[in-house]
Amino acid sequence: MSENRKLIKIATAGSVDDGKSTLIGRLLYDTKSLTTDKIEAIERSSKQRGYDYLDFSLATDGLVAEREQGITIDVAHIYFNTAKTNFIVADTPGHVEYTRNMVTGASTSQVAIILIDARKGVIEQTYRHFFIANLLRISHVVVAINKMDLVDYDEEVYLKIKADFDALVAKSDFSEDQITFIPVSALKGENIARKSEEMPWYVGNTLLDHLEVLEPSDLEPSSVARFPVQYVIRPKTEAWHDFRGFSGMLYGGNLKVGDEVTLLPSLNTSKIKSIHYFDQEVQEASAGSSIAITLETEVDLSRGDMLVKSGELPASEKQISATICQVNNKALTVGKKYILQHGVNRVLAKVDQIESRIHTDFTGAEDAHSLKLNDIGRVHFRLSKPIHFDPYKTNKSNGSFILIDEAEYDTVSVGFIE
Amino acid sequence: MNNLLIPNPKEAESIHIIREVAAQFERPVLLFSGGKDSITLVRLAQKAFYPAKIPFPLLHVDTGHNFPETIEFRDKLVEELGLELIVRNVQDSIDQGKVREERGRYSSRNSLQTTTLLDAIEEFKFDACIGGARRDEEKARAKERVFSVRDDFGQWDEKNQRPELFDMLNGKIHNGQNVRCFPISNWTELDVWEYIKTENIEIPSIYFAHEREVFFRDGMIWTANEHVFREAHEEVEVRMVRFRTVGDMTCTAAVLSEAVSLEDVVGEIRLSTISERGARIDDKRSEAAMETRKKVGYF
Repeated sequence: MSENRKLIKIATAGSVDDGKSTLIGRLLYDTKSLTTDKIEAIERSSKQRGYDYLDFSLATDGLVAEREQGITIDVAHIYFNTAKTNFIVADTPGHVEYTRNMVTGASTSQVAIILIDARKGVIEQTYRHFFIANLLRISHVVVAINKMDLVDYDEEVYLKIKADFDALVAKSDFSEDQITFIPVSALKGENIARKSEEMPWYVGNTLLDHLEVLEPSDLEPSSVARFPVQYVIRPKTEAWHDFRGFSGMLYGGNLKVGDEVTLLPSLNTSKIKSIHYFDQEVQEASAGSSIAITLETEVDLSRGDMLVKSGELPASEKQISATICQVNNKALTVGKKYILQHGVNRVLAKVDQIESRIHTDFTGAEDAHSLKLNDIGRVHFRLSKPIHFDPYKTNKSNGSFILIDEAEYDTVSVGFIE
Repeated sequence: MNNLLIPNPKEAESIHIIREVAAQFERPVLLFSGGKDSITLVRLAQKAFYPAKIPFPLLHVDTGHNFPETIEFRDKLVEELGLELIVRNVQDSIDQGKVREERGRYSSRNSLQTTTLLDAIEEFKFDACIGGARRDEEKARAKERVFSVRDDFGQWDEKNQRPELFDMLNGKIHNGQNVRCFPISNWTELDVWEYIKTENIEIPSIYFAHEREVFFRDGMIWTANEHVFREAHEEVEVRMVRFRTVGDMTCTAAVLSEAVSLEDVVGEIRLSTISERGARIDDKRSEAAMETRKKVGYF
């Protein structure tokens, strides 16, 4: 599948009127990813509404409710490809109340496109979007300064916005080379797939060219091997009588046959006997592989346990501190109990202390007693059993968790372990 | 022995999801239509549990208007892989008076499947239904979760979905609820075809160009046979066609094609300017057709 194409995952963030849907629609149109029946549907709808242009935002605004309101209300996933690259776009809405959606969309993305309306410049929303990109440690941020057609393609406007944004970058953990500024007009297609003749002062790549030169390997920070056991495969057939395969996805690093491994929580050690990928046996598996592993010795290992290379042990703690983003209407309060899901492992967690609510505009934090929907805060938990984690800063998959409401089973929070 | 495994990220993600289904639920089932997406799911499930067998049955909700080629293919696949197959018939739901057969020009049993499916879920107490829906198919599907919780009535509440963060899947549910699980959510139609080609997966013959009796209506090519309502003036002709999506005969339009091999088909898809669901008559009913059906429990 897509043998020669790389996969790039992008989250988009912008305020309601920044033209985000138009930008995505334009990317789809310019990469010929919109089929004739979809273009016809857009033409029909645009005409019905009395527009004298093609409203590309109609390509992505999905549900009846939002078509009626003309806004995007949830994360939508959009796919397009060029000859070299497969793209997945998590289109996340930019309302004040929808921090949750951007966190969700950004959690599966390597790149964030933050849209700024050239007429409005850097606004409170921009702070929030960039704050989330920073919190989730997105690898690369593209700042698309949109609606340049409405400011006469003026370089001064672009430079002013860039300078304002650079001041934000200075407050973040990002380095300058992780941020790219591109002046565009999504409506007119300027600097999207086509180099704009209206802005000769801009010498950089078009948005699409820029996205195409990104390399997935540069976007995934390297980390050590973590192998959470997902499911134990026991065929119990004659041919595979004694087979016990520990299946799961390998996060970070690599694992080889013969590697000395430590099993958590037991701290038992063993050696990798074989690595299976369907009916093939491989000598070595690299990060991101869904595999099954057998061990040299009989060990006690089940779902939720973790296999790591000996000498590369993660932290094992019953008390953890994390930055929490509340993604549900129900508030997080001190003393409340949750099911904490860390990867595929579940333990019980109790909120020990809410230390603070963090301002999402880089202005610090304040005391808090609860965290409401879309709040971000620092929280201390006590767990029923230790979890085996790495700080989110060094390992995204092994440093994040979700909280599940004990009664309703909804996903109520996402946490980033310190 | 191969030296180093470099994963295909979409395949690895799908296998991860399928293993989560098996681990988190008591009674999962794979919804099998005989179409390319559900055939791809079967291959992915084989990969997820090899050398063990797939630890859940297949459920086919048969409208009675399926292409015979699809049914033959289904039975052969199940036999070869030693899978358990459950078939439930829309005809039975009609006979029991639970649903009424549509009549007239655009009549189809497609939307009637929902009742039969929900009854089967209740009968077998399935708590997870694995389906081959993809987010690129249709705009309401673009917002679908990988694990989508349905209430006792099978209903989808798009405003009250659980957010899905990173690759952590929350399948915790109450009695009576069930979850629709979509392992190939992030695949595109081209991904599926390229995968079928790379993996050399067998698919029903109707996906390849063949001669068929068809008639033209509303710019679409309809299969001419006793299940499909046809006006007297709609003339039947024999053309070289193939299907891009395989549903019920009454709601699946053919495309003119000369593609006789997987290579040809992939080439055709790459150049195609009509979306796959553009050949789905059921979606043409209104702009919000899919969303409306999903809300009442359509898969």
